[in-house]
This record gives sequence, structure tokens and C-alpha cells, in this order.
Amino acid sequence: MLQILVNTHFDFVRWRRWAYLISGVAIALSLAHIAYQGGLRYGIDFAGGTLMQIRFEQPITVNALRQALGRVQAGESVIQEFGDAQEYLIRVPVGSGSLDDISKRVDGGLRQAGLPGFEVRRLEFVGPQVGRDLQWDAVQAVLWGMAGILVYTAFRFDFKGGVAAILALMHDVIISVGAMSLAHREMSLPVLAALLTIVGFSINDTIVTFDRIRENRGRGLRKGETLADVINAAINQTLSRTVLTSLTVFLVVAVLFVFGGEVLRDFAFVLLVGVVVGTYSTIFVAAPIVLDWEAWSQRRQPGGKKAVVKVGAGR
Amino acid sequence: MPRYLWLRIVVVLAVIVASVILVSPRDWRGQPRQPINLGLDLQGGIHLVLGVDLDKGIENVLDRMAGDLRTALQRKGIGAQVTRQGRAGLTVQLASAQAFPDAQRALADFTEFDTRAQDAAAGRIELALKEKVITDRRNSFVDQGLKVIRNRVDQFGVAEPTIQKQGDNRILVQLPGVQDPARAKALIGKTAVLEFKLVDDQVDPTRSEGVPAGTEVLYGRRVDTRTKTETRVPYAVRKETLLTGDLISDASVRVSDVGEPYVSVTFDSVGARLFGEVTEKNVGKSLAIVLDGNVHSAPVIRERIPSGQAQISGGFTFEEASDLAIVLRTGALQAPVQVLEERTVGPSLGADSIRKGVISTLAGALAVFLFMVIYYRLSGAIADLALVLNLLILLAAMAWFQATLTLPGIAGIVLTIGMAVDTNILIFERIREEFRLGKTVRAAIDAGFRRAFTTVIDTHVTVVVSGAILYQFGTGPVKGFAVSLMIGIVASLFTAVFFTRVVFDLIYMGRRRLQTLSI
Repeated sequence: MLQILVNTHFDFVRWRRWAYLISGVAIALSLAHIAYQGGLRYGIDFAGGTLMQIRFEQPITVNALRQALGRVQAGESVIQEFGDAQEYLIRVPVGSGSLDDISKRVDGGLRQAGLPGFEVRRLEFVGPQVGRDLQWDAVQAVLWGMAGILVYTAFRFDFKGGVAAILALMHDVIISVGAMSLAHREMSLPVLAALLTIVGFSINDTIVTFDRIRENRGRGLRKGETLADVINAAINQTLSRTVLTSLTVFLVVAVLFVFGGEVLRDFAFVLLVGVVVGTYSTIFVAAPIVLDWEAWSQRRQPGGKKAVVKVGAGR
Repeated sequence: MPRYLWLRIVVVLAVIVASVILVSPRDWRGQPRQPINLGLDLQGGIHLVLGVDLDKGIENVLDRMAGDLRTALQRKGIGAQVTRQGRAGLTVQLASAQAFPDAQRALADFTEFDTRAQDAAAGRIELALKEKVITDRRNSFVDQGLKVIRNRVDQFGVAEPTIQKQGDNRILVQLPGVQDPARAKALIGKTAVLEFKLVDDQVDPTRSEGVPAGTEVLYGRRVDTRTKTETRVPYAVRKETLLTGDLISDASVRVSDVGEPYVSVTFDSVGARLFGEVTEKNVGKSLAIVLDGNVHSAPVIRERIPSGQAQISGGFTFEEASDLAIVLRTGALQAPVQVLEERTVGPSLGADSIRKGVISTLAGALAVFLFMVIYYRLSGAIADLALVLNLLILLAAMAWFQATLTLPGIAGIVLTIGMAVDTNILIFERIREEFRLGKTVRAAIDAGFRRAFTTVIDTHVTVVVSGAILYQFGTGPVKGFAVSLMIGIVASLFTAVFFTRVVFDLIYMGRRRLQTLSI
């Protein structure tokens, strides 16, 4: 029988202070980088604007393309290689004219410059109004998604568990968005879908672990056993499962990242980060929060069951 | 074999058969068919969100009514200027204050208006469109737009278009497989208000001091047939509209003797009578044919035209003429529309995306399949079988719901592959655990499935919750992702729990003393 991580007895909760520190730094770094960049980089879905995807018959350089566009005053546009040197994205900010006007100008510019033959493969125009609507929808989607999961986990476990799960989830989403910002990737509709998928998926590990904690607590504590022991046991018992399922999802997302093409690359990137961070947060963030919270609220009840908790197994 | 197992096997077989039928590329007669709709991003096409300009629509209504008012007053011999004021009002300025009582009586017939203010001495009456009329009209603009656009698209000839109302004042148009998006967009978005106005021969449209009241300058284009250069030609025309496109019963493309296409317009009986009157009264003058504020041509009226036939020429290409005929046949948009969002995907990009999607799906599936077999051996193979069934059900469900497969939808399928095995891993790990505790094979399987079940339900609910919210707030392709994710996850309840259990029972049934388990 091929096995990994079976009968482990890692004292995970003992390292939780370190984990809090690492997570705190990662979150701070994410937020700081986003703030430093002056906010997230929005794709045209959210910022509005015009996008053209053009494939040339032969490879050309970005400079040749930029010169050609400069001639028709489409020089303020952002040019980006897309996959290989034959394919480019040209993005023109909102307010530079109508789609027809822009595409005509770009078309004319490329022809005049004597560039190789080309094909316009994709044309997108999002007006400022629609962009704002999509932004608002996106914010709502993420908030409602979290609210829905909070309600469900609070209902299935208890309020503390629900809040801990949501905190872990916010942790995952913030770090994933931060990684995106660090990698200079853009916030687009598919990326939003990826973030919501992380919301739905990374909560899974947390639930499995919480289920196990509840199951173990339901059996009652053995003599000398603390809540920390119970939580540790639950994490260890579900460890192989947590790692294995994250591994399978990681595998397919990696496949998407490599073979899915440019259109899906940002989407796959966010998922890759989210899966890893989500697994980490399940083990090192979500369960320890429950432990610290329980310990804190029991300390506030004088004469409470202090002996049961004995936080942190010696720390 | 116990009866319950038989029943379950029957259920599994029924699901497989039904799924295969749903996804089969041929129907029961052997005719080829497309079991699953492909999204615009996969087959190419154009996606448009049009905003209906309701305020402009009300203004148009007012402008038209101003003309009606003027005509009604003229019939009673009352001279008056009627001008639009603000967004919902008209001002009637009589030529002579003596006509005030007569004018009041004449205007009483126009029940759409309330009198907002009147000044008998100055001969001025201010009218306001009633609130209810405004609300009714605003509501009707989008529906009318939908109808007109649907007719235009039908006549243009697009297979399986989507034309829907979106929100309060938006129209979503999706045209799969359209080759010339610019042309399709021009056709759909054209307001197509056709007006016939008299050219004011007394006024030079280019003069610097401007044109007198009652006259306006409109432009037309003239294409030089040899050099193909376009010039803008100004026309001074009387403001009154003598005839509108509402009175047209048919429009078609003809080719003139010199091989130039033009649009032949036939008026209905009312229009034909009016056209006869207009042409009779204005022989020798030029009649400007104005479409959406642009003069198409301004032929000289040589004689009364009783037939109700008019020609619109103006240096058209054949395509332009045929599109013009379509918009004239299908009528004008009461409120103009503007493009708020447009996404056009060329067919080659779509084909590329499909290819990449298929490769990713296969590669992802292969990676997971191998992993499961290596790690769980026979049980892993069973899980793989469940995964294949999951994909089959997923596709069948998409065919059943007539869902549209998009590129993010394919990503959703790939993701489902990764997530669906989650359930089996959860169960298998639990079985292993129970087995290690010293349980027999049967007991371990039983306990594994039973204990993992609540957790499985929990994990499914959370994915479905986030999927449903994504569906609610997502647009276009993202909705496709949410659909495939949700269907795949729900299907995995059946395949990973129900189906795998049946297979386990079949294999390990009756072998109570069995000591080994390939897991």
C-alpha cells in the first residue's frame, strides 16, 4: 500500500504563532503591494476600454507594432505579447473613441507600416458604465459567496468555527490577489471566477478538519487530553486527505496553466496559488484560531474548565 | 446477490444509457446533431450589450407630437410654432394671440398632455407630457427595440441568435458565427428613422449667417464613382417632416440601369395617399430623403407620384442597400440604442480554444487517473471509472439543460475532475483508517462510506453555494464556468458515493473473511 503522511503526530498547533506571523506578513505584503501599485490592475472587463487580439502571419517585434500604432495616434495603447511573438494584445483605454473608430485606426496603421499579414482574432469593447456594473457585481459576488459559506459553516458547526473558516478564507483570497498583483497579472472576469472557486474549494479542507474535530470532541476528552491535542489529532488524521485532494486539484490546475492557453493563464495562476495557500491555511490558520478563541473565552469565565485547554501544549 | 444491489445496478445502468443518448452526436434517426451548444468564445461570433436611450426616445416622441400639433393647428387655420421644451414639455407659440381660444379647443384633443401654463395675451401655451404616458412609453421602448432587432437579425440570417432584455434598459444580442461583425452591428444598432423633407431652394446652406427659423442644415455624402472619395454635402431643408418610414409597407433592393443598387420603397395606403399629395403640391422642388438625420438623396419631384413607390439611391454598395432595405422593412427603433459592451471572437481563435480545452481536459484527466491508480490501485481504478461516469453525466446534463459550453466552462470541467476525486479520496482514506484500526474489509468499507458521508455533503454544499453565487453575479462565459462546476460537483455525489459503493459491493460482496483490500 502506497501511503504518505499516515499516522503522523505533528504538533501543528504548537507552531501556530509562527504561522500567524507568516500569514500576517504575507497579508501585509499583499496589501502593501496592491496599495503601492495604486490598486489592482484591472482588465478591460472592469476598467472599460477596447482590446484587440491580433495574430500576424510572421513573428514581429513589440517595437515594430508600437511604431505602427504610433503613426495612427493609437500609441497610448498598451501592447502585450500574447503567447508568442506572432500574437499581440492591444489595449486602448476607455474614452479614446468608439470600437469601430479604434479598430479602423489600428487596422490602417498596421497596413501602412507594411507589417506581415494579420488577422483580428478578438475584439472587445467594454463601456465605462458596464465596467462599473461588472465591478460592483464582482464585489457583491465575493461578499455574498463568503456570507453564504459563513452561514452554512456557522449552521453546521458553531459560530466560532464559522468565523475561523471565514477568516482563513479571507486570508486565502487576500494572498491570492496579492500574488496576482506581485506577478503583474490583471483582475478580469475569469480571475474573479477563480477567486470564488478558491472560496468554495479551500473551505472544503477546513470543513473536513472541523468535522473531524467535532467527531473527536464528541467522543469526549480522555484523561490528560487537551483541546490542543484533539485539534492536533484531527489535523493529523485528515492530513493525508487534505494533502492528497489539494494535490489532485493542483495537478489539473497546473495542466490548465500549461496547456490551457493564454486566455486561461491568469485564471489558472490564481487557482494554483489559492490551492496551496488554502491547504496551508486549513492546517495552520483555521483550526488554531478555533483553539485560541476557545481558550480565550474560557479564560474569561473564571473557574471555567481551565484544565481542559492548557493552551498551546507548552508554549 | 441481494435485491438492493440489483436495484442500484439498474439505476446506474439507466443513468449511463440516458447520458449516452443525451450526448450522442446523432439523434435516434441517425441524423447528426450538436448535443451541446458552444459559446461565442468557442465558435466565434459577436456579443453585444445595447443600452436603450430612454430619454432620447421620449424626446423623439415629443418631436413627433410637435409635428402632429402643428398640423392639427394648421388644419384649423391657426399659425403656430411648436417647440420641444426640456425633457417632457412642448411650447406652442401662436402667430396671433386672437387665435388663443381656438387653439385651446384644438389642443384639448391631445389627451397625452397636461397644460402646464398658458398666457392668453402672449398667445403661448405650455404643455407637459403626462407622467403615465412617459412611464408607458419608456417601458415600451425596450420591448419595441427587442422586436425590431429580432426581426432584423432574422432577416439578416443568423442561426440561433440570442436576443434578450437585460436589466431595465439593456438588450443583449449574441450572434454566433457571424462573419462580418461590423456590418451586423451597424444593422442592429441603426435607429432607422426615415423622413421625407422638402429642400429649401431659397436658402444657401453654406451661408455664414445661418439658416432662417423653420429650416435646418442636414448633410449627405456623395461618393465619386471613379476616385471613391467621399464628400459631405450640406442641404438646407424645411424642418417639417412630410412623411415618415412608419408608413412603409415594403422595401427591397433593386439595381438601376447603370448597375447601381438602390432601395425601392412601397408605402401603405395612407402613406401612398400622402405621398401623392406631397408630390402633387411640390412639383419642381427637391424632396430630401433623410435617414437618421443624414440626407441619402434629394431628387427633384417631376410630377405627382400616385403609385406610392419611392426610390432611395445614394451610392450604395449592394450590401448597404440590402441592409437598408432590412431596417426599413423592420421599422425604426423608437428609442436609439448605443453599444455598451461588445465582444467579438474570430472563428480561428474559437477553434484554438477548443483544441487547448480538449488537450487540458485530457491531460488533467490523465494525470489524475494515473495518480489514483498508483496510489489506490484497484480502488483507484474504480474511482477513475467513477470519474469517467462523472464527465459523461456532466456533458449529458449540459445537453439536457441546453447549457452553453464556454472556455471557462471547459476550465470548470477540468477543475471538476480534480475536485470530484476529492470525495473518493475522502472515503478511501477513511476506509484505510478503519482498516488500520483492525476492522474486517467489509466493516472498514461500511464505516468508511458511512463516516465520510456527512463530510462529503458539507464539501459539496459549499462548492454549490459559491457556484450559485458565481452564476448569479457572473456574466457570459463566467456563468458557463459556474454551470459546469455545479453540475460536475452534484454529479460527483452520484458517481463517487453511489456508483463506487455499488462497485465495491459487487467486488467484495459475500467475501466476509477477506483480509486484503486493494486500496
